[in-house]
Amino acid sequence: MPDSPVNKRRRYLVAATSAAGGVAVLAAATPFVLSMFPSARARAAGAPVEVDISKVEPGMLIRAEWRSKPVWVLHRTPEMLKTLPELDSVVADPKSEAPMQPDYAKNEYRSIKPEWLVLVGICTHLGCSPTDKLQPGPDSGLGADWKGGFFCPCHGSKFDLAGRVFKDVPAPTNLQVPRYEFLTDTRLRIGEDAKGS
Amino acid sequence: MIGMLSSAMHLMTRTMTKLLLLILLLPFAATAADEHVRLDQAPIDIRDAASLQRGAKIFVNYCLNCHSAQYMRYNRLVDIGLTDQQIRDNLMFASNKVGDTMTVAMRKADGAKWFGTAPPDLTVVARSRGPDWIYTYLRSYYRDDSTTTGWNNLVFPSVAMPHVLWELQGQQVLTVETHEGAHGKEQHRTLALASAGTLSSPEYDKLVADLVNYLVFMGEPMQITRTRMGYVVLMGLAVLFVLAYLLKKEYWKDVH
Amino acid sequence: MTRSQAFLNWIDERFPLTTLWKEHLSEYYAPKNFNFWYYFGSLALLVLVLQIVTGIFLTMNYKPDATQAFGSVEYIMRDVPAGWLIRYMHSTGASMFFIVVYLHMFRGLLYGSYRKPRELLWVLGVIIYLALMAEAFFGYLLPWGQMSYWGAQVIVNLFGAVPFIGEDLAVWIRGDYVVSDATLNRFFAFHVIAIPLVLLALVVAHIIALHEVGSNNPDGIEIKKTKDPDGRPLDGIPFHPYYTVKDIVGVVVFLAVFSFIIFFMPEVGGYFLEYNNFIPADPLKTPPHIAPVWYFTPYYAMLRAVPAFLGTQFWGVLVMGAAVLIFFLLPWLDRSPVKSIRYKGPYYKIALTLFTISFLVLGWLGTQPTAFLGAIGKTEIAVVLARLFTVVYFAFFLLMPWYSRIDSYKPKPKRVTE
Repeated sequence: MPDSPVNKRRRYLVAATSAAGGVAVLAAATPFVLSMFPSARARAAGAPVEVDISKVEPGMLIRAEWRSKPVWVLHRTPEMLKTLPELDSVVADPKSEAPMQPDYAKNEYRSIKPEWLVLVGICTHLGCSPTDKLQPGPDSGLGADWKGGFFCPCHGSKFDLAGRVFKDVPAPTNLQVPRYEFLTDTRLRIGEDAKGS
Repeated sequence: MIGMLSSAMHLMTRTMTKLLLLILLLPFAATAADEHVRLDQAPIDIRDAASLQRGAKIFVNYCLNCHSAQYMRYNRLVDIGLTDQQIRDNLMFASNKVGDTMTVAMRKADGAKWFGTAPPDLTVVARSRGPDWIYTYLRSYYRDDSTTTGWNNLVFPSVAMPHVLWELQGQQVLTVETHEGAHGKEQHRTLALASAGTLSSPEYDKLVADLVNYLVFMGEPMQITRTRMGYVVLMGLAVLFVLAYLLKKEYWKDVH
Repeated sequence: MTRSQAFLNWIDERFPLTTLWKEHLSEYYAPKNFNFWYYFGSLALLVLVLQIVTGIFLTMNYKPDATQAFGSVEYIMRDVPAGWLIRYMHSTGASMFFIVVYLHMFRGLLYGSYRKPRELLWVLGVIIYLALMAEAFFGYLLPWGQMSYWGAQVIVNLFGAVPFIGEDLAVWIRGDYVVSDATLNRFFAFHVIAIPLVLLALVVAHIIALHEVGSNNPDGIEIKKTKDPDGRPLDGIPFHPYYTVKDIVGVVVFLAVFSFIIFFMPEVGGYFLEYNNFIPADPLKTPPHIAPVWYFTPYYAMLRAVPAFLGTQFWGVLVMGAAVLIFFLLPWLDRSPVKSIRYKGPYYKIALTLFTISFLVLGWLGTQPTAFLGAIGKTEIAVVLARLFTVVYFAFFLLMPWYSRIDSYKPKPKRVTE
């Protein structure tokens, strides 16, 4: 049966009203959906932290806290940096292919400046915080050929002095490098870089 | 409906009508005999970003020493046209994390001990007291040696807060004239400036206006967004109304 | 058979979906002469849904703890994205709920919607009204402002006025010797889950009861008495699509009023959001003037109007309670041979006008301190007025069996008028 003008008009009005009503429903739903995003308080608590590194001597490691996570800042010595290419064959991801660092840390040192390493101190296996075993040699308890790095006591994962994960350990990926930038030569901002957070 | 009302009115006696009129007018008669201070109208304009910024500076410099504004975050001031850096440089003295709230170093217990009562938090004071009250209050201080602070206030008698802005306003004194009025003894209270401050009277009034303007903003920072959104929503509903009404009329052709 | 048809069949074999749709929407015949007063039922349902949805989202960020409650509301207003909008929707919705419900009840008074066979429908409605008042009372404590605290203190103390068991009753309700964190926590539980569940159940029952007997109409005649050969009321039209489409218009107008308030004047001069409630609760400082929210003020005025007899204020509590409970009796007080005011005589019209005026005046009196109109000697004028209008209010009900019977009436039509 062909559509009478009455039916056509009705169909058109139902469609138009439904469309407008649909827009209204979406508009009404928006504040509720938005309200579930992090609040200003959460964003303030998760804001980037600034760290003063003027007093960190070569070989020293300091800890900061960002978004309730431990962040390590390690002032690497030239000897420490020399160990890195020697370990290329025993680490699982020597070239940092997995996305565990920002672009500027996708290099052999996994950092902006070679002597400053910034890492999120959480083991990529199940979330424990590894202990630092920066000194090479058998005193570390990790064997005579230990070159220095980090050891996670929970399940035995090992990381080198660039946070790269060793082969044949439970942790699957390198330690995460957070976004960070040098505000000055002695001040780091962790959690945010020029491109944002 | 109208028929019902007119017949009801017709049957209501004239005394009932008189009584109703009396009830409606009495409140106005009552207030004339009140002891309340007449409040000046605060010149509020929350769209004036410059005024709000000046008010923010006054608030941070003069009020935040004793009062907190614990629900107000510093970085909310971007709403009145300031950048994070400007906020850090000009308005933050204790920390420099713009995400922090405007808390104060004074402990509540100390405040209670030193002033008799802890200075209340001011985040929403403009919503509880109202801008007119605050505007009049801050301009109604006068010297009074009988109080512990040496100050008293017409709007808030025996207030524990001293006149923080006295150097700017100067010192006012109170004169009380008692005379026989229509409802018995009436007291006429006037304030006059006994010694000048660093600002002239109009300048001081402007400063207080800026401060109160800021307090109104701080009481509800989203109010500008709120009204703007309101126009959009009402326009959208107008469109929806037209469509819904046409739809109703179309279907109801069947019924009539 | 199309796929959607087949799907619908699959459902219908397991759940009476199409049957319910037909019984309650597409083949529920409602009188065709519904007027303005008939919007408020569907609007009440809309507001209920609104309050529940906004309430859920508020509960995501609200903290029911005496030290954190006030701060959490300001947190919602400032730090939660769009939190302010959700908060204003809930506070405005609470007042709108009462406006809509009072107008909905007034329709009942106009057209005799409480008369047989709709007595139970009316009774369920009054129970919903009581539950709504409880819901509003419990909810009002949650922001933990000065009005919240002291309003709750005053009302709970009313229970303390009950003879013999009063004090213990008040302590049991509060969970403490004064309104405190314990009270806040339990009021939160009542407000967020207990009473909403009760309200939902009552509303479902209310609609089932309505559909069982069919809707009344402005002419107060039973449309089921005149049916066509197919058994459909001649003056009835299917609720869907005719009243669904009409109610949508009502909803849009309501949302416009609702939005105007939320976006331009959410405080409504202190009536929807009281100024004193922006001061955190202080058990040591009583505000100079405590008043309940506007929708309770008629009863509050009555409470204050009744003097203390025999050393107790309990009589005021009784009168206040009676003022609400008397609504239950309405179906049996009205002895008129016709239902609708359109066919009743002048007595009912005057009585309803006076009742309405007294409700409004009592409401206004309840918002003010008793001294606000001055005094003649030792008697305050406002109290005298409150007493006068309390008598008028009760007279509407108590004298109804008499004036409804001696009132004149017009013969009601057989078919509805437009």
